Amino acid sequence: MAKKRLAVIDADRCVGCQSCMFACTRRLGFGGVGKSAIHVSSVGGIERGFSVRVCRACPDPPCIRLCPEDALVLRPGGGVILHKDRCTGCGSCLDGCIIGAISWDKEENHPVICIYCGYCANYCPYGVIELQEVNPDD
Amino acid sequence: MINDALLSKILVINLSKWEYHTLERPELFRERLGGAGVAIRLLDEFCPEGADPLGPENPIILSVGAVTSLFPLASKCVAMFKSPLTGNLGESHGGGRTPFAIRSAGYGAIVITGAASHPVYLSITKDGVAFRDARALWGTARSDTVARIIRSKDGTPGARTILRIGRAGENLVRFANVTSETYRHFGRMGLGAVFGSKKLKAVLVSGDELISVSDQKKYREVYDTLYEQVTKSSLMQKYHEIGTPVNVKSLSAMGSLPVKNLTEQRLDNSDNLSGEEFARLFLSRRVACSHCPVSCIHIGQIRIPYPNDPYFFKTIPVSYDYELIYSLGFMLGVSDPQDVLMLIDSIEQTGLDAMSAGVCAAWATEAMQNGIIGPQETGVNLKFGDTPQYLQFFELLAGQSNQFYRDIGKGAEYAASQYGGTQYALSFGKNEMPGYHTGPATYIGYICGARHSHLDNAGYSIDQKPVEKSPGTPEEIAEELYHEEAYRQILSSLVVCFFARGLYSREVIREVLSISGIDMTIEELDILGRDILYEKYLFKLREGFSLEPDKVQIPSRIFELSSGKGMIREEEVRRGVARYKSLLEEKSP
Repeated sequence: MAKKRLAVIDADRCVGCQSCMFACTRRLGFGGVGKSAIHVSSVGGIERGFSVRVCRACPDPPCIRLCPEDALVLRPGGGVILHKDRCTGCGSCLDGCIIGAISWDKEENHPVICIYCGYCANYCPYGVIELQEVNPDD
Repeated sequence: MINDALLSKILVINLSKWEYHTLERPELFRERLGGAGVAIRLLDEFCPEGADPLGPENPIILSVGAVTSLFPLASKCVAMFKSPLTGNLGESHGGGRTPFAIRSAGYGAIVITGAASHPVYLSITKDGVAFRDARALWGTARSDTVARIIRSKDGTPGARTILRIGRAGENLVRFANVTSETYRHFGRMGLGAVFGSKKLKAVLVSGDELISVSDQKKYREVYDTLYEQVTKSSLMQKYHEIGTPVNVKSLSAMGSLPVKNLTEQRLDNSDNLSGEEFARLFLSRRVACSHCPVSCIHIGQIRIPYPNDPYFFKTIPVSYDYELIYSLGFMLGVSDPQDVLMLIDSIEQTGLDAMSAGVCAAWATEAMQNGIIGPQETGVNLKFGDTPQYLQFFELLAGQSNQFYRDIGKGAEYAASQYGGTQYALSFGKNEMPGYHTGPATYIGYICGARHSHLDNAGYSIDQKPVEKSPGTPEEIAEELYHEEAYRQILSSLVVCFFARGLYSREVIREVLSISGIDMTIEELDILGRDILYEKYLFKLREGFSLEPDKVQIPSRIFELSSGKGMIREEEVRRGVARYKSLLEEKSP
């Protein structure tokens, strides 16, 4: 099966409704946004538009290198996978991701990392984010 | 922490003592859902009878609802207080990220009492309240600067709200507003002045707590059905594309749009002020409240050259809506859309309510024409259509620069009581009129509605119904208005944006409430709506409001200019008011 990845297509079309964030947490059965792997906030006030931050599947992810417990491993097709059983909640990975795409699950004390399920993209009516197929040669 | 779907926690802050505590009141939220239903109970509890609206005893209540952060378009927060403009019930609804942030910080409601000895702002999280010095922010020229400064210091980006006032609020203009997220407002009835009286410059709330739901599968199912309707059906289209100014052309064509203090029905070149024209010339971005994919907020970009500095420009993003185009365009005889956007920006930055400010300026213009006030009072020479004079007028108004501005700062009805011109001071229940001269229903609605707002009971909509569907007698109009206002109490307890009223039928409301752990029948919901409305009315009566015929002041101007439904007769409006009064008193089913 082809691998897929979430991509931010055009952040200038984002209206800041945060429906994607609510979707990501709702996928896990909760209301609110406390378990969301995607994050929308204004770039210095709503009048200036929004930034949409989500794991962009760096080819050589610094978060993996900074994890002292090897709890983060490279995902085939891009991105990282979290092995919760190995995670001690030290938070080193947060420092590694300078785009701020890793958020924190305060209940379970571990990072929230996008799994590229694409659930959020179903709730973006403006085509800001999209689940894309990864070129097998990548 | 994971919070229950049922709201329970109330944060009570005392600004005089710099103290706060929380109350656990799950039964209150179970019985009253949240929003308006809870807020009116808390107002009754916290606001002593006869309280000075600008005294420390007047509480500010912010309340979110049973389905806030759970369902789309449950994107409003209710503010209640005693209004310094009307002297009775103050109720104002705002969106932005306010409801989401309050709920995500774990609260169902926030009550702010007392008054600080010097300017402060509050920073609220699940862990409590920090009282921060705001002396350096007091008197800031542009209100958006305040938000920018606080944003750079405090709270979690994307999961916070910043409510703030401008100079109008600091200077106690009785219709000063509170702005959240740059473009949303607790606009009407003077919440900004209540903030100002407490030396409260801003309130920041930040949080990202989770909400547990009992039936996760059903939650997602109900959500998806609603979301599909929001985004795919035509129900929301008008708000989504052109935005609320889509109404300009049709209201103007019907002769329902008040022009130049309701002295005329039509404005020359009024097509320049249509939503289509604003979109063509200025629309630069659409944005949304948190958890609302509709994006009704339309932002226009204007470019203003500096008069004496070639190649220097100021570009300002300004949010425009129908009501502002009415009050600062049509009402003031200003037909250049760029001028309207400049007037809106001046209103935004000083923190005035656009509708009240525009109607007061329109009254002052006519009063100047009639010679009952002059430049010695106003300091400017107001003429319909003269934008630079109005820009100065709003500055002087926000600054409360002399006795005249202190008088007009108490509303058009008060100013007219001092200078004359009551017959054309377009206030109802001391609240300046919205932009609908559609017929008798809209005026019965303004007079009787708990907030004296077109949104209370949508009289303008009844006036615009085709003849075969519209109620025949003023009594029937009153009945329809009353039932609509009672139903809207449920929406404003959930708290759902009224733009979504077509989606949130009673059946849907029942379903979304069950996800929040509240089981109610449709009959129980209807009774609750009437109860909430009745309690609001009781509060109004307690504070001196009356619908007795000799107490209801109606500016005769509305009977002198043909409306969308022809000439309106005073007798029919008064009959409608009498019937509404009896329905309120009976709590009639």
